[in-house]
Amino acid sequence: MSTDTSTNETIGEINKYDFRTESKAVFKARKGLDAQIVEQISEMKNEPAWMREFRLKSLEIFHSKPMPKWGGSIDVDFQDIFYYLKPTDKQGRTWEDVPQEIKDTFDKLGIPEAEKKFLAGVKAQFESEVVYGSLKEDLVQQGVIFTDTDTAVREHPDLLREYFGTIIPPNDNKFAALNSAVWSGGSFIYVPKGVKIDFPLQAYFRINAENMGQFERTLIIVDEGASIHYVEGCTAPMYSSESLHSAVVEIICKRGSRCRYTTIQNWANNIYNLVTKRAVAYADATMEWVDGNLGSKLTMKYPAVYMLEPGARGEILSIAFASAGQHQDAGAKLVHAAPHTTGQIISKSISKNGGRASYRGLVRVEKDARKSKSNVVCDALILDSKSQSDTYPYIEILDQDVSIGHEASVSRIGEEQLFYLMSRGLSEAEASTMIVNGFIEPLVKELPMEYAVEMNRLIQLQMEGSVG
Amino acid sequence: MSHILRIENLHVSVNDKPILRGVNLVIKFGETHALMGPNGSGKSTLGLAIAGHPNYQITEGSIWLDDVNLTELEADERSRAGIFMAFQRPVAIPGVKMADFLRHAATNVRRPDRKEGEDLIAMREFRKELKGKMEQLKMDPEFARRYVNDGFSGGEMKRAEILTMAMLSPKFSILDETDSGLDADAVRLASASIAEIGRDKMGLLIITHHDKLLEHNPPQFTHVMLGGRIVETGGAELARQLHDHGYDRIRKAYPDAEAANQQMLAKEEPLAV
Ligand SMILES: Nc1ncnc2c1ncn2[C@@H]1O[C@H](COP(=O)(O)OP(=O)(O)OP(=O)(O)O)[C@@H](O)[C@H]1O
Ligand SMILES: [Mg+2]
Repeated sequence: MSTDTSTNETIGEINKYDFRTESKAVFKARKGLDAQIVEQISEMKNEPAWMREFRLKSLEIFHSKPMPKWGGSIDVDFQDIFYYLKPTDKQGRTWEDVPQEIKDTFDKLGIPEAEKKFLAGVKAQFESEVVYGSLKEDLVQQGVIFTDTDTAVREHPDLLREYFGTIIPPNDNKFAALNSAVWSGGSFIYVPKGVKIDFPLQAYFRINAENMGQFERTLIIVDEGASIHYVEGCTAPMYSSESLHSAVVEIICKRGSRCRYTTIQNWANNIYNLVTKRAVAYADATMEWVDGNLGSKLTMKYPAVYMLEPGARGEILSIAFASAGQHQDAGAKLVHAAPHTTGQIISKSISKNGGRASYRGLVRVEKDARKSKSNVVCDALILDSKSQSDTYPYIEILDQDVSIGHEASVSRIGEEQLFYLMSRGLSEAEASTMIVNGFIEPLVKELPMEYAVEMNRLIQLQMEGSVG
Repeated sequence: MSHILRIENLHVSVNDKPILRGVNLVIKFGETHALMGPNGSGKSTLGLAIAGHPNYQITEGSIWLDDVNLTELEADERSRAGIFMAFQRPVAIPGVKMADFLRHAATNVRRPDRKEGEDLIAMREFRKELKGKMEQLKMDPEFARRYVNDGFSGGEMKRAEILTMAMLSPKFSILDETDSGLDADAVRLASASIAEIGRDKMGLLIITHHDKLLEHNPPQFTHVMLGGRIVETGGAELARQLHDHGYDRIRKAYPDAEAANQQMLAKEEPLAV
């Protein structure tokens, strides 16, 4: 990780590339993690007392919890990290200051100009500001709240406090505790009763440099009968000054509501990406996670749906691509806590060039969750003999009257498939890419069009080995 | 156009087991050749060796397309050079739509020097062409959206191979039992399609056990393979004779080749289930 303290003026996400900015002195907490730092963060943000207490208590929990013994091996010096960097002010860098290397990658990915600038942290003259402006107005009229979580603490204190930390309490796991202590940024969304947002709401429309921070915290409340599709992240490689990214995402789907949360993340190779994502679904509500993970040194991420009342549905689709030096420990968790609940997990992983992709999933059916159904399908594709794939499916069933299905397959790119495509003029590389794209097609077709296109292109770049 | 496919003294082994033992064959552009012979005599092996399957090692001899030595090329380069084989058992590629697959294939074959990542044939133009070809072959347009050979019936697979041939317009096509697994109507349709697309427009090597395909595509030459060699060559009447009377005469006339054929069959490893 970068420990170069001379890059003071830079924004957290990208100072690996040592952007020069002309910002005035901005606040930056010193390295390390202790009560003083946490208090400083809270003070900087001008937070109410309850949030400061929440942070401090979370810090204690973090210290008291051991590192997880499963998943991948995590080698992070928690004292060698900046936990808070206040973003530079308005006059920040311009597009011209963004290094060519990053621009090239964006071009390769064919990312829309607006998104590129956002990703590069260029805040000035952000084109989609206008787009977002009118969009926002429309949403506001319907009572939708779409803001960053810091702002929500100030502007929607009661609503936020009612739900914040209730789905993933700080003591859930060590990294949830860490996030709870030092969180910054993330999205806060409230969709009122019966409001159906009929276009995907994209995080990058919300121009806020804190959005893509190290420890973002997202909270989404979908009220009764409402629906939303939230798309977060992006397919461009995300550069981070620090080696640790640890986010928390909490979602509440009330009766009859529907939420789909789509993430595609492509991290630089030095990142530990340890994310806790969990949703609760009440009666007849549907929660869907669509989760794509590429890059990083280690990703541990298991989006969860707790189905709390009859008729609730949980669906999790996950794709992981592990290349050289990468370990994707990704999966899903479904908890059937009420009768007549339905769950589905589809996981696809690809490993290449010595990468390791693991599926780790839990389906738990509580006692009395009778007539519940759950189905798990996990398929792994291994591209060469150096690479590895493993599955850790856990199933806990406490009720007899349920139906649970599990299928797993591991395949290697078949010689016969390669020959078939090559005999039709495709080069070996093109043929492998086509086979891989076919393998993840069932998931990619669930993505919004532009993300599907980017996902395919990203796979192609991964296959060429030119990204990450 | 004048092109020649020339196979000279071809010896091929699979897993170090010799299968072909000196095949000689010359096919000119526009000609139709039938390749017959009992099961396990090496017909598919010849086709796969020409197409460049990596498991079929050429231990001796050569394959020339005009002045290009195909044995030095990978399967994709041979395809771009103008070789096509409709397989006896096509392979499924789940998740890949026929249309996408064909667009990549057609682009590469038409622009043999294309580098990976360069543009494909324009979508609009390609769609129009594909639609036309599918109509010609009486295929449901929906077919273009299905995944390559995935869950296809036997008949659908063979028709997909013919469609691919139509889109790639190769110089030489090897059709390996493209008439098997089809019902009577489908055989007639496939035979007529092959005649329409391939006859006189490329060199055809038709491997078959039936007569319908050859009725529609009367061969100028019929070759009989036994024990990994072409033991006899004749005209269209030879195909008819073999079809009517079987291979007894051939087996008796060429005892060495028959012995080799029996040996190959005997040495076959039991299939792992
Ligand atoms: N990939 C392979 N692995 C092992 N043996 C093979 C392979 N391919 C061909 N052979 C063997 O080579 C011999 C010739 O097989 P080939 O498929 O060429 O025969 P064929 O003439 O096409 O027969 P058919 O009429 O049944 O299709 C057989 O003994 C077969 O088992
Ligand atoms: Mg055969």
